[in-house]
Amino acid sequence: MTEVAIMPTRALLLALLLIASAGLAACGGAEPEAAAPAAATSPDNPGGLTDAQLEHGIGPVSAMTLEAEIDAALAAQGEAVFNMKCAACHKMDQRYVGPPLGDVLTRRSPAYVMNMMLNPEEMLQKHPAARELLAQYMTPMPNQTLTHDEARAILEFLRTQQPAATPAP
Amino acid sequence: MLNRPVFRITLGIAALVLAAVLVNACRTTGSAGLADGDAAQRVYVPPGQHDEFYAFMSGGFSGNLTVHGLPSGRLLKTVPVFSQFPENGWGYSEETKNMLMTSHGFVPWDDAHHPELSMTDGVPDGRWIFINGNNTPRVARIDLTTFETDEILEIPNSAGNHGSPFITPNSEYLVASTRFSVPVPQQDVSIDSYKQNFKGTLSFIRADRPGEMDVAFQILVPGYNYDLAHAGKGPSDGWMFFTSYNSEEANTLLEINASQNDKDFIAAVNWRRAEECVAGGAARTMPARYAHNHFDEAHIARHELKTEVTVLEPSDCPNLVYFLPTPKSPHGVDVDPTGEYIVAGGKLATVIPVHSFRKMIDAIENERFETVVDGIPVLQYEAIIAGEVENPGLGPLHTEFDGNGYAYTTAFISSEIVKWSLETFEVVDRIPVYYSVGHLMIPGGDSRRPWGKYLVALNKITKDRYLPTGPELAHAAQLIDISGDKMRLLLDFPTMGEPHYAQAIAADVIKDRQVKMYQLSENKNPYAVKGEGETRVERNGNEVHVYMSTIRSHFAPDNIEGIKVGDTVYFHVTNLEQDWDVPHGFAVLGANNAELLIMPGQTRTLVWKPERVGVFPFYCTDFCSALHQEMQGYVRVSPAGSDVPLAYGTGGTLTTASR
Repeated sequence: MTEVAIMPTRALLLALLLIASAGLAACGGAEPEAAAPAAATSPDNPGGLTDAQLEHGIGPVSAMTLEAEIDAALAAQGEAVFNMKCAACHKMDQRYVGPPLGDVLTRRSPAYVMNMMLNPEEMLQKHPAARELLAQYMTPMPNQTLTHDEARAILEFLRTQQPAATPAP
Repeated sequence: MLNRPVFRITLGIAALVLAAVLVNACRTTGSAGLADGDAAQRVYVPPGQHDEFYAFMSGGFSGNLTVHGLPSGRLLKTVPVFSQFPENGWGYSEETKNMLMTSHGFVPWDDAHHPELSMTDGVPDGRWIFINGNNTPRVARIDLTTFETDEILEIPNSAGNHGSPFITPNSEYLVASTRFSVPVPQQDVSIDSYKQNFKGTLSFIRADRPGEMDVAFQILVPGYNYDLAHAGKGPSDGWMFFTSYNSEEANTLLEINASQNDKDFIAAVNWRRAEECVAGGAARTMPARYAHNHFDEAHIARHELKTEVTVLEPSDCPNLVYFLPTPKSPHGVDVDPTGEYIVAGGKLATVIPVHSFRKMIDAIENERFETVVDGIPVLQYEAIIAGEVENPGLGPLHTEFDGNGYAYTTAFISSEIVKWSLETFEVVDRIPVYYSVGHLMIPGGDSRRPWGKYLVALNKITKDRYLPTGPELAHAAQLIDISGDKMRLLLDFPTMGEPHYAQAIAADVIKDRQVKMYQLSENKNPYAVKGEGETRVERNGNEVHVYMSTIRSHFAPDNIEGIKVGDTVYFHVTNLEQDWDVPHGFAVLGANNAELLIMPGQTRTLVWKPERVGVFPFYCTDFCSALHQEMQGYVRVSPAGSDVPLAYGTGGTLTTASR
């Protein structure tokens, strides 16, 4: 009986904390995007993001095309940064503090992944996919203050981890 | 001059004391000193907006420095300097303990008096702020990009480092003069051999090279009490002025015995001349023991003991020091923004004497000497005085300047601030303060270019100014508007310890230079982990090293087994966060020291010596995320000699330690 009574309270508390932390993240200082042509809001898209924002995320990176060949040297740099700043929360093949990343590029566009790394506060606040993950995982992704080049290198490393990736020669 | 009848003066002091009693008695009644009109609006800083000035208040006998915003008076930060500070582990963590080492061993307390901003061209530049430790003579540098103490130098041949750390216009030197003269070098002599054996020292400390603070030279001077100092500027750049009292050289009941002479001295030191004499071989090297502590490139405090110091005798370096006779037991000495006027706070005097630098140079050139003491010429008072400010209040102590031709002097006994003109030397305004003001501070008010606008009275007595809090009360600062002809009281605000002196600087000079985090990739601490993959536990005999990481919101490792009673456990905690304002804390049950507060990208180490068998939790003390309450771990402590293997992990099975 007591157990049952406690659970909803705890869930409510967590929800409140999450709302509070989203509020705090809002102070984090990312410049708001220039107003995009407003798409109609819908239950799936309450923030009224543009199609491009829904696909590629919100942040400094717009749609990008990758070379067909993986740059092994760049991927190695990316792995080093990943191990230092990201691996405490992300595994490739299992749910941990954050979602597994071994197949992230089958689910998200490269630009989306870049924006999630470079602009997590705003993504968690506004992007429906990021918000949904926050609700599942409860821990907001911290901003690790990566440079654009570091994020690009991590993206290349992530490419080597994807199911379809051909191992570098 | 040194031996005039004392009766008249004693009577004078008695009158001053009586007056003080009467003045204070009148002032402790309720509604006195109310701010008027739009005072509230003048000090109101709306939510989310910033103050116009950073004010740095000495923490007095707390050994700290506090940072307030002006005009709001809001407390922004406490910077531990000469004190252990459990709030962030300063002086407790392995990386910071050495900062408090001295030639007397670990001294985790001091009496901090005078913050002093570094300067370029006579204007505060916001690189560093220095502060003195009075009791075990020390000076410290606080870096104003991190608001952290990063260097402390002990002063040899000194006792009571009060006249410190006043700085030259380009931060070449800061000074340290001895309030208490002592045998130099120290020796076992009778105290009443004071006049034969006791000496004062005026030390010049190289200040503009972080990590390399050192006593460039010390000048040996007669055994007076050297109280405060200020550097010349503009035409008087190259000179440093030190007040002294107890020219009677009394060693007991100074209250009476050091108040005999009509005049004591300001020592004017030509420090460029001292440089010449040292370079020319006129100084000697003396054995000494004093500590120099500073952060190395790994941000770990290094402690070294120095073994000798360069000492210069005025008799070996002619034209180095001159005494300016100054009534009477002078306390503060302050140089106006033009560098021409040297204002003394003769705390038992009935006027404020203002010496002229130009006249001083003339008197030196024309050898207008009254006498010579220990090889130091005493200039004629009449030859150097520019004017005396009449009716300055009782017990004048300290003066600062607004840059618009006015000086402001505190009067301790009559508890007021008087504003006077540097042109006419006449008092033009006065305002009572509550109660018994010591120093005062105007932003940039001791520099070549004061910002003016506000004045802060740093009062010694609080009494009824706030809600009472038992016998001990916070000290009372008062913010006064000096932008108009008349001074106006705006605000009272409490301060920590006893903020003897304070300095302030326009916020714009430093606020954009703040370090927001340390780059993890540049962390050179030998126990750092650059990513969770490097976390581990290692045993070396009875020492166990835990290489731990933090990130919102878990520790790695968070389960540790195989620790034994009798072990010394080092928790080396690296904060993997790379975002501003996300420190993590670390505390473990039963630790005999404090917590750690670890800034993003930084490594800090806490020692824990478990004395009981059991399983003990550790946790993050600084609310970090929605799952902060989940940020915890356990250490299992087994009996000495147990065969529980050393093992660790987070979120899965434990890894057995490789060694």
